[in-house]
Amino acid sequence: MPADLRTRIGHLDLPSPILTASGCAGTGRELAQFTDVARIGAVITKSISLEARAGNPAPRMAETPSGLLSSVGMQGPGLDGFLQRDLPWLLSRGARAFVSVAGHTTREYGEVASRISDSAGVTAIEVNLGCPDAAAAGRPFALDPAAAGAVVAAVRGSVRYDIPVFAKLSPEVTDIVAVARACVAAGADGLSLINTLPGMVIDPVTFRPALAGASGGLSGPAIRPVAVSCVWTVREALPDVPIIGSGGVRTGRDALEFLLAGASMVAVGTVLFHDPSACSRIQRELEEELSARGVDRVSDIVGRAHQPAGYAADRHGWI
Amino acid sequence: MANSDRDGGVGGVAPVQVRGTVLTVRRVDAYVAMTVVAPAIATRFRPGQFIAIAVGGPQSGMLARRTFSVHDVRPDHGGTVEFVFPPREPGAQWLAECRARDVLDVVGPLGRPFPVPRDPASCLLLGVGPGAAPLFALASRLTERGANPDFLLGAESADRVFGALTARRIGRSAVITTTDGSLGARGSVVDMLPTAVQQARTDVIYASAPLSVLRSVCALAGRYGIPVQALVSEPAMTCGTGLCMGCVLPAVGNDGITRMVRACVDGPVFRGDQVRWDDVGTIPFDALGAPGWKPRPGPAAAAAGASAASGQPGSGGATTADGRASDGRSPEGRSNAG
Repeated sequence: MPADLRTRIGHLDLPSPILTASGCAGTGRELAQFTDVARIGAVITKSISLEARAGNPAPRMAETPSGLLSSVGMQGPGLDGFLQRDLPWLLSRGARAFVSVAGHTTREYGEVASRISDSAGVTAIEVNLGCPDAAAAGRPFALDPAAAGAVVAAVRGSVRYDIPVFAKLSPEVTDIVAVARACVAAGADGLSLINTLPGMVIDPVTFRPALAGASGGLSGPAIRPVAVSCVWTVREALPDVPIIGSGGVRTGRDALEFLLAGASMVAVGTVLFHDPSACSRIQRELEEELSARGVDRVSDIVGRAHQPAGYAADRHGWI
Repeated sequence: MANSDRDGGVGGVAPVQVRGTVLTVRRVDAYVAMTVVAPAIATRFRPGQFIAIAVGGPQSGMLARRTFSVHDVRPDHGGTVEFVFPPREPGAQWLAECRARDVLDVVGPLGRPFPVPRDPASCLLLGVGPGAAPLFALASRLTERGANPDFLLGAESADRVFGALTARRIGRSAVITTTDGSLGARGSVVDMLPTAVQQARTDVIYASAPLSVLRSVCALAGRYGIPVQALVSEPAMTCGTGLCMGCVLPAVGNDGITRMVRACVDGPVFRGDQVRWDDVGTIPFDALGAPGWKPRPGPAAAAAGASAASGQPGSGGATTADGRASDGRSPEGRSNAG
């Protein structure tokens, strides 16, 4: 019997813990050509800002060992375009939409979140705290517990009570638990770990940075151990807070690793550029990995790595 | 509404992801020509479209797909796809080392194909280096319609000119240029363009070349009032499917608004006068959503915002309030030829 991938968190009821990570699924249409978006857990949209954004100049991408350095600059249609075109399309395909919200000020986050919450059909909101804070000379909100908490409070205060709010944190901090605690105290229903790591590639031909914007965010399997460690650390400190784990998930086994570390859901990001049907494949592989270990329900193994050694092996008799 | 979305691409046929078996790998001068059995891609293909291949095997550390314009498709083995590339960077080298019966993960056909004129027209096909490859499928299509095209091919040296012999065989005329003069005329295709255009009485130019050449070609063609359909190969694509937003360039829509469009889904074939060649690699200050950009007041602004997601040049009216698709994307409507 295949393992049950149903994932229930508070009001949320998802058919699978596998999601698409923010900014990696286009509008959903591009992905739908290769994957049934209704059958994956949910689509986390690219970050929606109030106004349309042209993004950063090209080149925006550079390949790195098992990773990708990117600096897209949140190109997108803005809130109006998203609500008129993209969200209705996702819902018409039966997808569950986790809408990622962005802003430059606490107020902008609140405004975007409030209008998204007013439009029917949104399943959850993810707060992209990686945006530069206009009030702090462009320092990302996620680097400062107080700034991150203020944004989460503004978003939580402007969305309907039954729409869960997830705060997406950056690994680029000394103490990720402090930021996590601040977000939870400000009303976050869950956390999303992790955003990209800062990185740079220099072109040996031009003697210049490979990206037009010099530095970018590193993602892909190269950062997976960092992400797993962040999920583990936060789960250890805040065992009751649901976590969306992301960072280089490529196979069902990778997803299993995040679940064991304490993530209740797993988002697939950069790997979608490599394999646009990755979500369906990972979902199938996860099912097989769980069945092979005699696990009936995916929820049974969330955070299992925090239990003492030997417990799992005794219970299930594998290894 | 859904039909006007990009699910089906321009041809109304969605790309597929298949496991294709390598049939042949051979050296052609400085390039490698590879044929892969992929019936689902071959039957959907239209000239100008490309494929995206995963390189390095299942556990590859190279995450970006390599994209290649399709040289030609053939009906043997149910349908094969041929493409040509210089084996320079590590991903292409890995691919060049594949052998017959190896299996590749291939996505395609992708992108907007070359629009083909409704009536016979005098077409000049201009290609530089491996960029010439996609022009030959187009040439067959044009010949079927009774319009033998003229060729203008160029490269740095003789071994980098792709398809010179075929061009001479199937073209009404064929001009070859090389920078070092080792084949044909010494110089660049841009130098020979005025003569070629005048001799052939060209109605439309199809060009596939590096950005700098496309810019010069479009500037010259603009002076003669000849429309250009330009196939761009830069900025490099990472996914090929429109997901990553990496391959953007600024293009003006029919509504006069500049948008950052993706070469992979809105191109790779663009109308030459719609790409802002001088601004590639920048965000023009008047591009939709550029820092400080403000929507113009009135209904036009709402339409601009709504179509920003698609970013399709020429889709200014593509998604009107009632969701009706305009013919802005119909191939015949865009070439102005014939």
